Amino acid sequence: MTIDTNAPSPPRAAPDWLWYGGVPAAGVVLYLLYGQLVPISEWVTSQFPVARDSHTGEAIAFFVYDVPKVLLLLTGIVFVTGVLRSWFSPEKTRAILAGKRQVWGYPLAAALGVLTPFCSCSSVPLFIGFVSAGIPLGVTFSFLIAGPMVGPVGLGLLYGLVGWQIATLYLVFGFTIATVAGIVLGRMGLERYLQDWVRELNAGPVGDLPEERLTMVDRLKIGLEQVREIVGKVWIWVLVGIGIGAAIHGYVPEEMMLRIMGGEAWWSVPAAVVVGVPMYTNAAGVIPIVEALLGKGAALGTTLAFMMSVIALSLPEMIILKQVLTLRLIAIFIAVVASGILATGFLFNAIL
Amino acid sequence: MKTVKVYGPGCKRCETTEKMIKDAASRLGVEVAVEKITDARSIAMAGVMSTPGIAVDGKLVHAGGLPDEGKLDGWLSA
Repeated sequence: MTIDTNAPSPPRAAPDWLWYGGVPAAGVVLYLLYGQLVPISEWVTSQFPVARDSHTGEAIAFFVYDVPKVLLLLTGIVFVTGVLRSWFSPEKTRAILAGKRQVWGYPLAAALGVLTPFCSCSSVPLFIGFVSAGIPLGVTFSFLIAGPMVGPVGLGLLYGLVGWQIATLYLVFGFTIATVAGIVLGRMGLERYLQDWVRELNAGPVGDLPEERLTMVDRLKIGLEQVREIVGKVWIWVLVGIGIGAAIHGYVPEEMMLRIMGGEAWWSVPAAVVVGVPMYTNAAGVIPIVEALLGKGAALGTTLAFMMSVIALSLPEMIILKQVLTLRLIAIFIAVVASGILATGFLFNAIL
Repeated sequence: MKTVKVYGPGCKRCETTEKMIKDAASRLGVEVAVEKITDARSIAMAGVMSTPGIAVDGKLVHAGGLPDEGKLDGWLSA
């Protein structure tokens, strides 16, 4: 499937009316296509020379249905998010947070973490920019945890693949963990565990860039640019994730899943976190796996813990942050966030 | 001769930005020396929080995302 065919083309030359007409039109086309995925995928599956209800047939059906579904959802979510985020920037966020020393700076930072556009490759300059502007370390952590943890891609896919109830639970608990972990880390007085050069640094003032005036068309362009960049980058993770999901859906027996990831086994939650941390993928890759796990009867708490640790605690991110944080601070950071994830996992396994 | 600095840790967008600057310069016939700053400390010291950032002759003109081609021409020919 190609992503760009339905989107308005050539971005530079297109007149405004083409954007105002083309974007809604593309939205309608994608929506109609989305509604037809079941018959289309069943038809494709029936072309394979295997019985529909065999293990292989089940796996193929899962894969053929999920790939276009996830890619369509991803395209829509990334576009809308890209447009919304064009109203925010790290510079504005820093100015908002710099004045907030009260406790509600933490939830505010978590909310801005979701809305501010930043890629993990600039998390180091961003971290320094925040800390040197006098934003407390804990507030900065709330911002950095919330960004990936409750990102719109993860939430949107969870909503589309698993259902709104679980998406809402995930949103509430992800946000709470980001806020509380920031407060806890802030209370611990960890400034002394920053790398020496960061503590001594007085970063230059943010360059007084002229406020950019963006038209609505500019914002739509940003959205489309984001689709190209992000979908172009993560599609391979999506395919791998759905492949794993399909294998689980088709071949893993339910009794085995209940034994390993059922609510009875208390150790399954910490095990899910331990397995999840070194796994490097993104929300778009892990949610098809979550879908398959839940479908096979894995306990909700265990599955949420797995998903949160994959998304929020990733080793490459830690290696990037190693430039500014000492190992000890990274270890404390992981321990605090992991405790929040464990608590969430145990809570859901206990009440559901 | 203009000195252009591209601030970024070396992600794909930073490389694209560097290429865009060189292309624009040769199209406009402006002589430029493009320097890439990849060290996190120097990036922060320049006041750049979202990468890639661009400074022309020591003045920061852009931060975050690929630059707009029209604006790029403006900075280089100013």
